[in-house]
Amino acid sequence: MTPRITDVWVYLSASPLLGLTLTLIAYQAAYWLYQRAGFNPLLNPVLLAILMLVTALTLTGTSYATYFDGAQFVHFLLGPATVALAVPLYLQFDKLKKLALPLAVALLAGSLTAIVSAVGIAWLLGASETTLLSLAPKSVTTPIAMGIAEKLGGIPSLAAVLVMLTGVSGSVMAKYVLDGLRITDHGVRGFAVGIAAHGIGTARAFQVSEQAGAFAGLGMGLNGLVTAMLVPLLLVLWRWI
Amino acid sequence: MLGALTVLLVFQLIGEVLVHFARLPIPGPVIGLLLLFLGLCLRGSLALPLRDTANGILQHLSLLFVPAGVGVMVHFSRVSGEWLPILAATIISTALAIAVSALVMQALMRGREGADDGKGGA
Repeated sequence: MTPRITDVWVYLSASPLLGLTLTLIAYQAAYWLYQRAGFNPLLNPVLLAILMLVTALTLTGTSYATYFDGAQFVHFLLGPATVALAVPLYLQFDKLKKLALPLAVALLAGSLTAIVSAVGIAWLLGASETTLLSLAPKSVTTPIAMGIAEKLGGIPSLAAVLVMLTGVSGSVMAKYVLDGLRITDHGVRGFAVGIAAHGIGTARAFQVSEQAGAFAGLGMGLNGLVTAMLVPLLLVLWRWI
Repeated sequence: MLGALTVLLVFQLIGEVLVHFARLPIPGPVIGLLLLFLGLCLRGSLALPLRDTANGILQHLSLLFVPAGVGVMVHFSRVSGEWLPILAATIISTALAIAVSALVMQALMRGREGADDGKGGA
């Protein structure tokens, strides 16, 4: 007796194999397109892969939870990958040491810009207070952003979505913004992208060069710490005024 | 490669444990990153397998964000309710943050190169 196609589907959709395989296929298809388009930033592979997967899940009526059962194996690697950032950081340490002051000042300026402009623009356009509080930490890596949003009264899962939007839009725009400003140094480019667009920006920087990636990783890590301190401080200041 | 992967996981584990017990507002892997970095500085050298494994994982860092990114679909209705302020704020502010960080750093590096007579350079 041969199983019907619907039986096979019932089996597959309950197994983690499908979510995991789909994630790898979607990403590689997206990367192939990105490569074929001459690495056009608009065809960012993370963005494309997400769009493909959301479309596939929506069309097949598969829930995110079911998909994540399989995709979690990829997601899990974010932890060791973050630890692995220590390696390029170590290799670029001599360069970084010499640039301590420019790095520190740029970090503070970039971090403040990200927080104040995001909240300011959304406030002008009439966003609710919960949304504003969830927007404040949008430029930092997801677990830190969720923690900050939760502490302030925002919505952690909304913060996670905003972090994603920030990372993807930053990766798409970075080349245009930096080329427009005629910034050529890979260290400067990487650091700016890491501050503004955290891990997704850092991943993008690693596709350009190890130097850009190392500076981006540093920017991402430091901005996580600075934002965690700045946002509560700015909130107190804002309520006081 | 297996040894190098184990090193990464051990440092992540130490990071998670420290964060849990010290109630730090920082994710465990970030502490793991700092500890591994300190370890490498103390050791003064980097084993080749660790370098290769780290580079291998980091080359595919983009892929690792895909599963979390697909999670946006769950919040589609919340985002679509306030889509204009949310999209305008994230996109404009991210571009501004990239521009400001890069311009400030470049300006300070130029100033420093001038003071150092350009030695070292960039």
